[in-house]
Amino acid sequence: MMKKEICKILSRTEIAADIYELIVQAELVREITAPGQFVHIRVSNHWDPLLRRPISISSYNPISKQMTLIYRKDGKGTQMLSEMRAGMELDILGPLGNGFPVDEVSAGETAVLVGGGIGVPPLYELSKQLTAKGVKVIHVLGFQTVAAVFYEQQFEKYGKTFIATVDGTYGTKGFVTDVLKNIQFDCLYACGPVPMLRALQQGYPDQKVFLSLEERMGCGIGACFACVCKEKDDPSGTSYKKVCTDGPVFRAGEVLI
Amino acid sequence: MSRLNIELPGLKLKNPVMPASGCFGFGKEYSQFYDLSELGAIMIKAATAEPRFGNPTPRVAETSSGMLNAIGLQNPGMKKIIEQELPWLSQYDVPIIANVAGSTEEDYVKVAKEISIAPNVHALELNISCPNVKTGGIAFGTIPEVAKELTRKVKQVSEVPVYVKLSPNVTNIVEMAKAVEAGGADGITMINTLVGMRLDLRTGKPILANRTGGLSGPAVKPVAIRMIYEVSQAVSLPIIGMGGIQSAEDVIEFFYAGASAVAVGTANFVDPFICPTIINDLPELLEQLGYEHISECTGRSWKKHESPAYHRA
Repeated sequence: MMKKEICKILSRTEIAADIYELIVQAELVREITAPGQFVHIRVSNHWDPLLRRPISISSYNPISKQMTLIYRKDGKGTQMLSEMRAGMELDILGPLGNGFPVDEVSAGETAVLVGGGIGVPPLYELSKQLTAKGVKVIHVLGFQTVAAVFYEQQFEKYGKTFIATVDGTYGTKGFVTDVLKNIQFDCLYACGPVPMLRALQQGYPDQKVFLSLEERMGCGIGACFACVCKEKDDPSGTSYKKVCTDGPVFRAGEVLI
Repeated sequence: MSRLNIELPGLKLKNPVMPASGCFGFGKEYSQFYDLSELGAIMIKAATAEPRFGNPTPRVAETSSGMLNAIGLQNPGMKKIIEQELPWLSQYDVPIIANVAGSTEEDYVKVAKEISIAPNVHALELNISCPNVKTGGIAFGTIPEVAKELTRKVKQVSEVPVYVKLSPNVTNIVEMAKAVEAGGADGITMINTLVGMRLDLRTGKPILANRTGGLSGPAVKPVAIRMIYEVSQAVSLPIIGMGGIQSAEDVIEFFYAGASAVAVGTANFVDPFICPTIINDLPELLEQLGYEHISECTGRSWKKHESPAYHRA
């Protein structure tokens, strides 16, 4: 059950160029049901910037009621969020959406987790939960450049971690799809930019693939119809899914991307 | 005694605050936060004769103290709304105002006729002002003669009073208001969104896939106030005012301008509790300002009036 709550910031750290990690304490953490869910944050009590910011949950602990949020400073809202300090309060709505289905792989099977840029964070909790149930996990994480790379050591704890950078300043030069060519898996989970998700959807038509989509959102709760996408193979052309409430995670092939 | 109950054609409202069409879906999402019976009324998302997918994404872009949207009247079609959404809403003690949209006069008439029969629909809101659809919509809202004729046609078939939603994207909104009054409208709702555009810094192209979108949020409030101020003096129809309302103070300002009730739109996206919060805040604000009832505020900006009771005492 989602909640709107004034939460306390425990820490805020810049972990890569313009990438920030925010740890918050909140009752709503106990409501999180799956990795890949997100929260909708109001960055100020004023009405400018107006809309909330959807931010993915990168890890959570229902016992300590803490969650870690990782975001990129990329505009007015996230700029303000990057200036928040420990001890400050934050208006958070969540948890929202449906996360990654952890049950789709069994102990002993191999899952590959593919992240692109600011799509990497939710895979961290997913990796944690998959390894806890005995799934072998491989990470393939793509970034623009070496300065943007984050969480490599954290992911290494749970499984082999490959890094690709577009400019070749770290790891493999190129895209995550270049690294993936040599990897066998039973299930693939991905979060990142649309071209990456599209390539994965087309590249593995016969395998179990789950994709977390990103779209500009209004309300985040399914009321405004800003973040809809079309269902695949729909002759009427009017059936749709909402990224905020039906997603953000979809089985590859479920929606047009 | 309530300070907030209001009676308008077709509508007995416990309070004058309702969510605006398009900003509240069909209520389900917000019912997770509070009892919808607390609301004065609900203006449900626009209904068209057939299901509509709407525009491609991106459909929203933020602006200073506002947002642009170009959803494009996405809705499941009148049949599904009548068979599923309205019966679900009937569990709440709240009148529904059904927003009616279309591309042709026949569309509007068809939807108005069907949806006005639903037992919990107490009024229609004739949407002649959506800026985000290619045909119909705003075309009906910018030519007075066309608006008048459409209002007349819809009035002929509707089982409930008809409120016409005016567009601010006109040279002379008073002329439009007079036209729909002449067409037999029972009330006016105003304002719909203002057409705007935002460009992407990196690509130089519009952010919205539809290129243009409707501006809403606190940024448009002064425009709404000015237009309600003008229209309320020129026609004798009640006005449900909307445009950037986010507090009880804003509600009073809309009443001063000439509104008899208000709708809250974009603010629902920011704070899902905004409507009950405003409803809760109003009585105390009225007390502070010295009004026994909110209806005393309507048109204060232009009416020759006595001082409020508080000042008289």
